[in-house]
Amino acid sequence: MTLAAAACALSAGCATPSNPQDPLEKFNRATFAFNDTVDRVALKPAATAYKKVLPGFVQTGVSNFFGNLSDAWSSANNLMQGKGADGATDFMRFAMNSTLGIAGILDIASEAGLQKHNEDFGQTLGVWGVPSGPYLMLPLLGPSTIRDTAALPADLWADPWAYTTPVHVRNIGIGVRAVDQRASVLDASNLMEEAALDRYEFIRDGYLQRRQSRVFDGESGPDKDAPKGESKDEAKPAPASNTQVVPEPATPATETQRK
Amino acid sequence: MKPIAQLIATAATLVFATSVIAAPAPASNEAPDVLVKRISADVIDTVKADKDIQAGNRNRIMDLVNSKILPYVDAEKMTAQAAGRFWRQATPEQQKRLTEEFRTLLVYTYSGALSQIKNETVEFKPMRSEPADTDVEVRSQVNVTRGEPITLNYRLAKANGGWKIYDINVLGAWLVETYKGTFAAEINKSGVDGLIAKLADRNRQLASKPLKAPK
Repeated sequence: MTLAAAACALSAGCATPSNPQDPLEKFNRATFAFNDTVDRVALKPAATAYKKVLPGFVQTGVSNFFGNLSDAWSSANNLMQGKGADGATDFMRFAMNSTLGIAGILDIASEAGLQKHNEDFGQTLGVWGVPSGPYLMLPLLGPSTIRDTAALPADLWADPWAYTTPVHVRNIGIGVRAVDQRASVLDASNLMEEAALDRYEFIRDGYLQRRQSRVFDGESGPDKDAPKGESKDEAKPAPASNTQVVPEPATPATETQRK
Repeated sequence: MKPIAQLIATAATLVFATSVIAAPAPASNEAPDVLVKRISADVIDTVKADKDIQAGNRNRIMDLVNSKILPYVDAEKMTAQAAGRFWRQATPEQQKRLTEEFRTLLVYTYSGALSQIKNETVEFKPMRSEPADTDVEVRSQVNVTRGEPITLNYRLAKANGGWKIYDINVLGAWLVETYKGTFAAEINKSGVDGLIAKLADRNRQLASKPLKAPK
């Protein structure tokens, strides 16, 4: 203990890093505080009112509509990741819901058994072998990683809603989508407030795990048959398992949803 | 009393005593996935059928968790893993207190989650393990009415009393892994006692807070 303390004293500014994957912790914490304020002051109240006031079927319709718009890009990403079956499913979802589902408001495809996947370009890069890099908290957009932030422009480009005219309709849509997404994780975020001792850390550690899990669709790494011993190592080295937990109560994407 | 009679009486008492003690042991030979499925179905059915729970009665939910789930959870192992290398540095007294507080926190949190169950169903995936394994992962997902299914996986280890859960994965994140960072940071800041105090504080807060009634 004393040796470590001495070593700490020698190397100036030695704060025990809480997570080796978060070298930008100071910046991230500051951004988190900002996001949290925006959330507490504006977004969460809006989402709470939205959830309480709007009839269930309207909320579902809104969620389905925006969900449908993202299915086309999910399909493309699935194909880029080599998952042909999932890619075809997502495409079918998009086709079906856009037509029979009246512009996506009704989610007929789910009832027909076509499961939804949420794939974005960051996950595609992950599958292609790009490591996630350090944790990065984005202003307003919430938790991310260096790789996923780099992939963001691709997601924005592929977002059909971004091309809607007139502009004021587009902006309203973006706002509604953000509120809807926030409302959908409202209960979970309230729960998380109870469970987390330090919300910043809880969100970060959970997010990284969950992100990793999403890249590899439920596995903790590219090797599906990894021997069990590995995942139990409590040693620190490069936490290979970084999956995100808890649907981020985080501030919603103003453009793309980043789960 | 004649010696023989005394001997018989003692033997009888002994047999009776051991059988009474041995009786309440939980099914120790259940396979881990069978165990989890059973508990899961049991808990969900109870939650759905109980109006009190649906209304948000915190005490009833906690009773449910304490009686149906806790006996199958190895809280000590969970706490030890979350504490990581600090576990060995803690005294047995601290370990015990830490385990208690952590377990209480998890019961509160889990109760909150249970109170939100409405129409969800749980689907179990085939378990990938060898019969001789003593450490397995049971995978399932919760099918929700809106959105993609929620992954819910469990890690179980085989101990003397049968299989016990020592980690839970929700939406891709393992509970122990997620708390590790927080535990380590708090212990670095104010020691194991500081962590225990913080957990106790949080538990006190949660105890006085009524469960939110669902919309």
